[in-house]
Amino acid sequence: MTVNYQNNELDTKRMVLNFGPQHPSMHGTLRCVLELDGEVVVKATPHMGYLHTGFEKLAEYRTWNQVVPITDRMNYLSPMSNNIGYAQAVEELMGIELPPKAQYVRVIMAELSRFADHVISVGLHGMDLGAFTVMLWGFIEREKAYDLFEIATGGRLTTSYTRIGGLARDIPPEFIPALKSKLCKFMSIVDEIEYMLSNNRIFMDRTQGVGTITKEDAINWGVSGPSLRACGIEWDIRKSRPYLCYKDLDFIVPIAAEGDTYARYKVRCEEMRQSIRIIEQCLAKLPDGPVNIFDHKARLPEKEEVYNTIEGLIHHFKLIMHGDQHGMHPPKGEVYSCTEVPNGNLGFFLISDGTGKPYRMRVRPPSLYHYQLFGKIAEGAMIADLVAIMSSFNVIAGELDR
Amino acid sequence: MQINWQLVIDIAKAVIVFFGILTCIPILVYAERKICAYIQDRRGPNRVGPLGLLQPVADAIKSFFKEDYTPSHVDKVLFTLAPAMAFIAPALVFAVIPFGHLMEIKGYKILPQVFDMNIGILFVLMIASLGGYGLILGGWSSNNKYSLLGGLRASAQMLSYEIAMGLAVISIIMTAGSTRMADIVGVQTQGLWGTCIPAWNIITQPIAFIVFLCTAFAETNRLPFDLAEGDSELIGGYHTEYSSMKFAMFFMGEYLAVLTMSALIVTLFLGGWYFPGITEVGNTSLLNGILSIFVFGTKVGMLVFFFIWTRWTLPRFRYDQLMKLGWKILLPLALFNIILTAILGLR
Repeated sequence: MTVNYQNNELDTKRMVLNFGPQHPSMHGTLRCVLELDGEVVVKATPHMGYLHTGFEKLAEYRTWNQVVPITDRMNYLSPMSNNIGYAQAVEELMGIELPPKAQYVRVIMAELSRFADHVISVGLHGMDLGAFTVMLWGFIEREKAYDLFEIATGGRLTTSYTRIGGLARDIPPEFIPALKSKLCKFMSIVDEIEYMLSNNRIFMDRTQGVGTITKEDAINWGVSGPSLRACGIEWDIRKSRPYLCYKDLDFIVPIAAEGDTYARYKVRCEEMRQSIRIIEQCLAKLPDGPVNIFDHKARLPEKEEVYNTIEGLIHHFKLIMHGDQHGMHPPKGEVYSCTEVPNGNLGFFLISDGTGKPYRMRVRPPSLYHYQLFGKIAEGAMIADLVAIMSSFNVIAGELDR
Repeated sequence: MQINWQLVIDIAKAVIVFFGILTCIPILVYAERKICAYIQDRRGPNRVGPLGLLQPVADAIKSFFKEDYTPSHVDKVLFTLAPAMAFIAPALVFAVIPFGHLMEIKGYKILPQVFDMNIGILFVLMIASLGGYGLILGGWSSNNKYSLLGGLRASAQMLSYEIAMGLAVISIIMTAGSTRMADIVGVQTQGLWGTCIPAWNIITQPIAFIVFLCTAFAETNRLPFDLAEGDSELIGGYHTEYSSMKFAMFFMGEYLAVLTMSALIVTLFLGGWYFPGITEVGNTSLLNGILSIFVFGTKVGMLVFFFIWTRWTLPRFRYDQLMKLGWKILLPLALFNIILTAILGLR
């Protein structure tokens, strides 16, 4: 599509540029068709669906617990948060109250994955602006966070740690010392990144006033998470609708007023510090006890019990066997539950028809709403701004096109 | 038959210098990869050869044996010409740079400079601009939208920075009273205000130094001014469509430009081969000559390190910010410096 300016002496045409899906800065495989006037973007049309994976449909053919590994793959920067979000939705549907230790461990894992996500997204933001070093510094710390996931879950990226009614397994004894030894470095990497970027004149020029979202737009378009808080709106599910044990923990929700790319970067940096604070508090308060509920209609009994008692063995078989008579059966009904994942509100809308499988699972991924707005705020920006805006939203193609 | 030995020496010099700077490229590539690795908490190349020293060789072999693919939609002549221009221009600039003191062996005069031209610095400005054409033609002939944008950026960048660069050089010419490179170095070997501090232009002309340093980064197309390449937004910019040795020519051209620009900064601002207490002016012995080349090499090495250090620290400018810096800051600054030099008669 080209537009001719009839009143100009020179017959100029706008260039249509296919930005993505194979483009180094369209993280994942996002596609945006740009109409350019020189370097200035006149119109940007984000296209969705290139990475469509059918996760929602897949969930309809899995038992309730088998959906957990699918949620790993949606946001590949913070898989643990997705596990927790999904498990919580099903637990709300079934009216399950988690034991305290499970709540604290879930909070530790959620905050660790928030740190791992933010340290990478801030680093990638730097990389897209040309500061490659910051990205690799972030990656080193992210790998350390993944080491911790590996100790606890056995997987680095595909954690699949939660189960309905608890966790796949208790945290091993070596997890807590390993976590404690790394928290200090996690805190200092945030300072190092800020030292490299926050007062860097080039970085500030590239990000301040770029990709500004107004408060009204942010609310109208359903922006959430750090991008919303960077517009000056104090909205965090952890505070406004506390889940797990967040109400017992002391943390602040960082906000910024400007709503531009720089504000989003600053909010992310501050959130990393708060996450580390939350983890420290959780470690101090971590209660003893089981990490799973005792209701064997929902949760597999311990192996000890399965091998030694007839009740345990029966429960085990009833839960494992396929077919409508077996497995976990949440009551008929529907539930919407949302959690605060690193990118914003991750909502799960589940419909149960009383069988062993979800009748419908609908995910509300934060990236979907951010990417819709991307086309609007990209207009009038330059090509170089596009990549800055894109990485400041941290749009994840996997959850966008779930 | 009478052999003109002086001519033989001159030809030998040209050949030695050309292959010398070609040898420097792998060293620079290795240095860049190692230094950036240490900046980024990594180890860098350490598999090929001891300490990874053969990594540049492996890179070169890879470049040679890759398929030299020319897409069907390109302008074949310009597409082939562009990498050659990007490579030759910085190599030619090195011809006029005096990298050591005059040596006299058995009556034969050996001047460590390929060609002592009386318009030396003008020749540099002239040839250095040609390097920009390599990028512009590369971007244009590729017939690819991203490459075109890269080429456009390169041309805009060249226009806005060469002027400031030229004006910075004018104040140096005013200081030296000559456009010959040897004279510019000669002025800097004197003591400043009767002390032993050398009258290097970095001390007498600090504004010109800053302007020239900024424009040198722009000229070499390296971060924070690597807009023409802009790997995160324009994929590879002007060299998106290039592969194999043609890409390697651009790559080598960039490192050659870093080397040449460092040598130029050393010559214009850091006293060239002169360092008080190590090299003497007027001493034509072999030892003094070798020491002077060593001093020059050390200074260039430190500047190259500075180039690499900057690249792995700073983010990239945006197109309009680059224009603003070039036209609104560096150009007036350079003009102001010329007036200042004229009034104060800095010498």
